Amino acid sequence: MLLRVEDIHKRYGKEEVLCGVSFGMMKGETKVIIGPSGTGKSTLLRCINRLTPADQGRVWLEEEEITHTRTNINKIRAQIGFVFQSFNLFAHLTALGNVRIGPMKVKRMKKDDATRLAREELDRVGLADKADAYPAELSGGQQQRVSIARALAMFPKLILFDEPTSALDPELIGEVLEVMVSLAKEGMTMLVVTHEMGFARAVADEIIFMENGVIVEQGTPTQMFTNAKHQRTGEFLNKISELYGETG
Amino acid sequence: MLRATLINIKLLIGLIAVGYIFGTLVALLQVYGGKVLGTIARIYEWIFRSIPALVLIFLFYFGPSKFGMDITGFIAAMFALGFRSSAYQSQIFRGAIQSIPTGQMMAARSMGMSQIRAIFTIILPQAFRLSIPGWTNEFSSVIKDTTLAYAASFNEVLRTARIVYDTDMTLAMTVLVFVAFIFMILTLLGNAAMGLAERRFRIPGLEVPGHEKVRQMSLGSSGLGAFGFRRFWRKTEK
Ligand SMILES: Nc1ncnc2c1ncn2[C@@H]1O[C@H](COP(=O)(O)OP(=O)(O)O)[C@@H](O)[C@H]1O
Ligand SMILES: [Mg+2]
Repeated sequence: MLLRVEDIHKRYGKEEVLCGVSFGMMKGETKVIIGPSGTGKSTLLRCINRLTPADQGRVWLEEEEITHTRTNINKIRAQIGFVFQSFNLFAHLTALGNVRIGPMKVKRMKKDDATRLAREELDRVGLADKADAYPAELSGGQQQRVSIARALAMFPKLILFDEPTSALDPELIGEVLEVMVSLAKEGMTMLVVTHEMGFARAVADEIIFMENGVIVEQGTPTQMFTNAKHQRTGEFLNKISELYGETG
Repeated sequence: MLRATLINIKLLIGLIAVGYIFGTLVALLQVYGGKVLGTIARIYEWIFRSIPALVLIFLFYFGPSKFGMDITGFIAAMFALGFRSSAYQSQIFRGAIQSIPTGQMMAARSMGMSQIRAIFTIILPQAFRLSIPGWTNEFSSVIKDTTLAYAASFNEVLRTARIVYDTDMTLAMTVLVFVAFIFMILTLLGNAAMGLAERRFRIPGLEVPGHEKVRQMSLGSSGLGAFGFRRFWRKTEK
């Protein structure tokens, strides 16, 4: 198993945001997490790479326990890509600079090699011609594709996506989903919080439905769409299909 | 007298450098230093912002000799004004650091950078650019303060002027107007240099809101809007 999440609990003040979440991912799998807003999806992703410390529970990346206090967390994070809803590209760096800074500063790659690698990754997301543009000069869709290239340049074992298309104008969602679909097909391991059910149907091995800090149900897209065991799952899927349509 | 002006410029460079180094340090400690170091940094800032410049210069000039240390008026003035400036510069810099969205640090940490590395490769370069307008103000304020070094009895420009008009009182007004003129020119040159630096280090999307109308507009809008606006701007520029 590539990623194992076991009984994660997290509370903010009195409110318990995650109340015992467990699941696993095999290498090459794509899993999609859905659920109402405020359910703890973002918190769960951040607990996986310890951007937020979990109160209880354990996470493993292959044989290494991420949640162990003696684990070198920076070494772990370098192997786990994170794509944010708001892109978070480094504002003072060009697209190229954003993609090569990780290899250079974290992996100590030589500048020439990092530059070559960064150009390849930008090409992979269809933005070779935007290498010298600053984030503010790019559209939202382009920024998100650069941020995916930035994650890819670290050769991650796994990429976490937190609602990567939620901040985008509708006409820009497709270009980002396209990149994500091709990554999934190339065998990248991806854990994606999204409400784009078209994407889920196309490439997800499993959909995980979360509500109020627990996993209510999980299953293949076909299972989830045609015979969900829980009434809430069906209701929620219908609602988001109405809201988001079936783009992607 | 122009040679004396060079001493003021030397003092200015010295005190800005002292102020920059300590100001950056103090700002970093205030933002990232935790409780103890942060409090120390805040006390430092409070001390050097509340004591009048002239009193500071006297303290630095006469203080060390009480302990048998001999220190020149220039060094005393440089550190007195430098520490004072560092308190102000730390404010400028802290404001710049705090105006950087938290997502920048989060993105840096999520790819495996330590906090220190993230500060140096991501936060500081951005804060530096955002600080330039603040520094322009600070520069025009401390350049005038260099005449206070008069009190530390070395021959900076105002003191030299006094030597001149002490020998001939009828020259007093002429000489003082000349001094005033020197500072007007220095401020003008300084502002021009900072403006140049601002353009030289300019990066789309990393501008201080309100500092220039055009930049303010492109900052507030979405990435797409900013892009469209820049294209519009480039066209109208021609
Ligand atoms: N840093 C934080 N401090 C306090 N409460 C938080 C913090 N982050 C998230 N929360 C709370 O945790 C709950 C789950 O948030 P989140 O994980 O962002 O949900 P989702 O991503 O599913 O919308 C929300 O009620 C939110 O207000
Ligand atoms: Mg969220």
